[in-house]
Amino acid sequence: MIRRAVPLALRTLVREWHSGELSIVLLALTVAVAALTGVGFLVSRIGAAVDLQANEVLAADLRLESTRPIGPRYVDEARQRGLQVVESTGLLSVVFQGDESQLSNLRAVTAGYPLRGQVMLADTAFGQSSPAADIPAPGEAWPESKLLAAIGAEVGSELAIGAARFKVTRVLITRPDQGATFADLAPSILINAADLPATQLIQPGSRVSYAMLFAGAPTAVQSLRDWLDVAKTPSERLLDISESTPQIKTAIDRAGRFLSLASLVAVLLCAIAVAMAARRYVQRHLDSVALMKTLGASRAFTLTVSLLQLLLIGLVAALIGSLLGFAAQAGLVVVLKDLLKGELPPADWAPVWIGFLTAIAILAGFALPPLLQLSRTPALRVLRRDVGPPPLLVMLAFGPAVAAVLFLIYWVVRDVPIFLGFTLGLTAFLALLALVGWLLVRFTNSMRGGVGVAWRYGIANLGRRRIESVVQLTAFGCGIMVLLLLAVVRNDLLSDWRKSLPSDIPNYFFINIPPEERTAFVEFLRERGAQTSRALPMIRARLTGINGRGVEDTPFADARGQGFANREQNITWTRELGPDNQIVAGRWFADDDVGKALVSISTEFQEALGLVLGDRLEFDVAGETFEATVSSVRKVKWDSFQPNFFLVFPPGPLDGTAGTWMTSAYFHPTSSRSLAELVRRFPSVSVFDLDDLLVQVRSVIDKAALAVQSVFLFTLLAGLVVLLAAVQASRDERRYESAMLRTLGANRRTVQQGILAEFATLGVLSGLLAAVGASIAGFFIARHVLNVPYSPDPWVWLIGVVGGGLLVATAGWLATRSVVNQPPLVTLRGG
Amino acid sequence: MKSDIVLKAENLTKQVTSPEGPLTILRDVSFDIYAGESVAIVGASGAGKSTLLALLAGLDTPSAGRVMLAGIDVTNLDEDGRAKLRAERVGFVFQSFHLVQSLTALENVMLPLELAGRRDARPAALDTCERVGLASRTGHYPRQLSGGEQQRVAIARAFVTQPAVLFADEPTGNLDTVTGEKIVSLLFELNANSRTTLVLVTHDRELARRCSRILELSGGELLPEQAVA
Repeated sequence: MIRRAVPLALRTLVREWHSGELSIVLLALTVAVAALTGVGFLVSRIGAAVDLQANEVLAADLRLESTRPIGPRYVDEARQRGLQVVESTGLLSVVFQGDESQLSNLRAVTAGYPLRGQVMLADTAFGQSSPAADIPAPGEAWPESKLLAAIGAEVGSELAIGAARFKVTRVLITRPDQGATFADLAPSILINAADLPATQLIQPGSRVSYAMLFAGAPTAVQSLRDWLDVAKTPSERLLDISESTPQIKTAIDRAGRFLSLASLVAVLLCAIAVAMAARRYVQRHLDSVALMKTLGASRAFTLTVSLLQLLLIGLVAALIGSLLGFAAQAGLVVVLKDLLKGELPPADWAPVWIGFLTAIAILAGFALPPLLQLSRTPALRVLRRDVGPPPLLVMLAFGPAVAAVLFLIYWVVRDVPIFLGFTLGLTAFLALLALVGWLLVRFTNSMRGGVGVAWRYGIANLGRRRIESVVQLTAFGCGIMVLLLLAVVRNDLLSDWRKSLPSDIPNYFFINIPPEERTAFVEFLRERGAQTSRALPMIRARLTGINGRGVEDTPFADARGQGFANREQNITWTRELGPDNQIVAGRWFADDDVGKALVSISTEFQEALGLVLGDRLEFDVAGETFEATVSSVRKVKWDSFQPNFFLVFPPGPLDGTAGTWMTSAYFHPTSSRSLAELVRRFPSVSVFDLDDLLVQVRSVIDKAALAVQSVFLFTLLAGLVVLLAAVQASRDERRYESAMLRTLGANRRTVQQGILAEFATLGVLSGLLAAVGASIAGFFIARHVLNVPYSPDPWVWLIGVVGGGLLVATAGWLATRSVVNQPPLVTLRGG
Repeated sequence: MKSDIVLKAENLTKQVTSPEGPLTILRDVSFDIYAGESVAIVGASGAGKSTLLALLAGLDTPSAGRVMLAGIDVTNLDEDGRAKLRAERVGFVFQSFHLVQSLTALENVMLPLELAGRRDARPAALDTCERVGLASRTGHYPRQLSGGEQQRVAIARAFVTQPAVLFADEPTGNLDTVTGEKIVSLLFELNANSRTTLVLVTHDRELARRCSRILELSGGELLPEQAVA
């Protein structure tokens, strides 16, 4: 049968393409796929840029750190996978110029460093920076501005580090992995790894941090990561983007979730477009199927022919759509080049396959049921045109579509709570729309007597095409809701980002402030016009046990938990709870808690170690064992850039420890002189420049916001096409009705007014419902997905109702113009 | 002349459900049609002509009674079985031509042969197109053809399988008088030459009189048969 069906399917498909009948089907599918793959390409490129940007914080895609030298076998493994490898060795050492000295973080790197991001250099301390092309040549050193200021050196000075001497050739402004953690806080100095032995600094017992940096193709990186997970020694620690600083992770989490949500919208609009196209395809083929059956074709044969045709249309549309999607995305990237600040990574081809698979999945979900129905068209239709196929069972009619939508939603979000929330919201919204659509039909019937002829014609159209009206109302309502939702959620997200990153956000961290200098130090900052934040004491502590069980004996499923258990933390003690900290369990320290052995932990710490309130944690603080009971869990807003800690104790128990203080402050970018003065006045205080990290965070956010806006444009386009496709679906009927009306004496204006009335009514009602739906969904997404407060926006209602009416009326009028323009005689003769 | 019964209607009844209750469209209709005959089914609008045609051709199923087509009980066959029988034994000509708009004249004629899996579809269709006077129009699409030409394509499509029975439903209904006359002549000529049995539904008495028998329906019942003058 297939052998007979294929030639017929191909021949009629080619003929129908020439005669233009399938153009609407193809257009709908093509644009839908183009929107989908366009979003996919752009999201994948910007997503990759975001990842790369975040990887810059590590100076690599993957970073292995250890306190012992890292074996060369890792280098071999990485190179076998085609990855780049560089090494970075860090240790604290005192740098001398003459009599002046400063404890510094010495970084010795091999050629190729950094693999991601850039080392920024200047010719003078705190001067204008430009990217470095290489690493320091042997015998050269690139110290940070603060180091130069502390020891009164400049470019050209000679410095002594251990047993070796170095010439300062450039000033180090930033290096990408500077902000990965706050562990290395002394000012950095960069030298060539080849010079390290000459310094004779590495001796048995020296505290040295070794890092091996890897970068390359994502699959190769993942492969090495998998291998290293097994092969690395317990003292070696793997770092990738997910274990980067909490600030970056927060931004990327939000960006990823939002982009997923945005692309999901395009997927759903795609499904709606295909459903409409399939419906039209069926309407157009009822007669030919009846005829084929009359001429002897079996039901299976007609179904096979239809399926083959639709499959072919789907494949062709997916191919053209993917190409258009790629072109649209490439064009957009060119247009936005200035905003993108550098080249985006090349697109990967995954969206093409996703486009094809999605097209087929949607086709199967949305086109198969109508095709099954089409194949049941009775042959009798050749004699009686009012005879159509029997209605499908509800399960068969909607089951595949529902399954396809659920599959696609889950596939895109891959998160059960969002999936459930979105699905339930969508189901409720569709049910509400269908109900209101049905009520509308009844309501309009009662309204017809009281309006003019044009309105009566328009409203009668809505009432008479009862099911079609409900379907269109649902489609328009969904489309408008999605557009409103994107505007609402996007604005909420952007405003949340803006709120969380004000322009005077702290840009310097100061640590190692001796307790006796704290007051003078803060006073100094204020006098220089810096905006200071809270100052907190700080000491390093190591978690040694949980509820009496040593952490070394405790397995942790979570890699972060293992990390928390393995390394030292900075801890603090305070009575004040900052506004960027929110208690989510237990209670904050009361006055009578001062002096008690309690600890407040952050949600990250709690989740990674699986802790509950009342758990007893054992710490090693400066060689002394100290036990505290978990009394509260805090959700910390890390991107406030205020001093924040995973572990906070009440004042009292740790007062006697040899802690120092830390604070952060905002210095105007032109205040470099004040900073140099500060370094001289408080030589033991380490200044940590957050500017670079902030620039990186801002850049990540900018890219994410850009992606969202681009996705919004694609979705808007997709929504309009769906809308036009819906209008197109009723064109044939409208043409005939228009001809009949004009034959009966109606002028063009009356018919046009009727069409406008119909679509405006449909649009206003869809817009109203969409505004309700968008407000509810926006509330849900803001509160439960993005964790931002939601404030209802009256514009949603205005834009929904007015915009919906105008949009649907305009699109409807444009799409049906030719209906009115065609001479009635041509239509009535069947032309 | 009268030999084998090619089409037999036995107590055919068709009832449908309407808002006013059950409606009987055909009541207890019985007759025999012999191979090579030309039979006109006539009657006023709503008499049940098209319903009878649909039952005879296996396009619809009766509420009671049965149809024997070429010795096969059509009413015992399922939808696909009836389709197969039509492919092998039946041809159709409709008032509104029912051509596939996306296929050329030749491809429309080839269609039933291809559905039957015939490998000689093209030469056979070309030959039939020539017989109906369409040799120069085979590459045209239906919309490029006049009404008369479209009906010639439909006639060629109906005869190309050399069916045992050809059903024609108001074949001249959409044509002007002159064209209609030509089409009718062609139909009868092909009927005579190919010994196909022609069953013609029409309200045109003149046309009916050109057939060898007339079956008249009134209110869903078959009136006593009268000899053709």
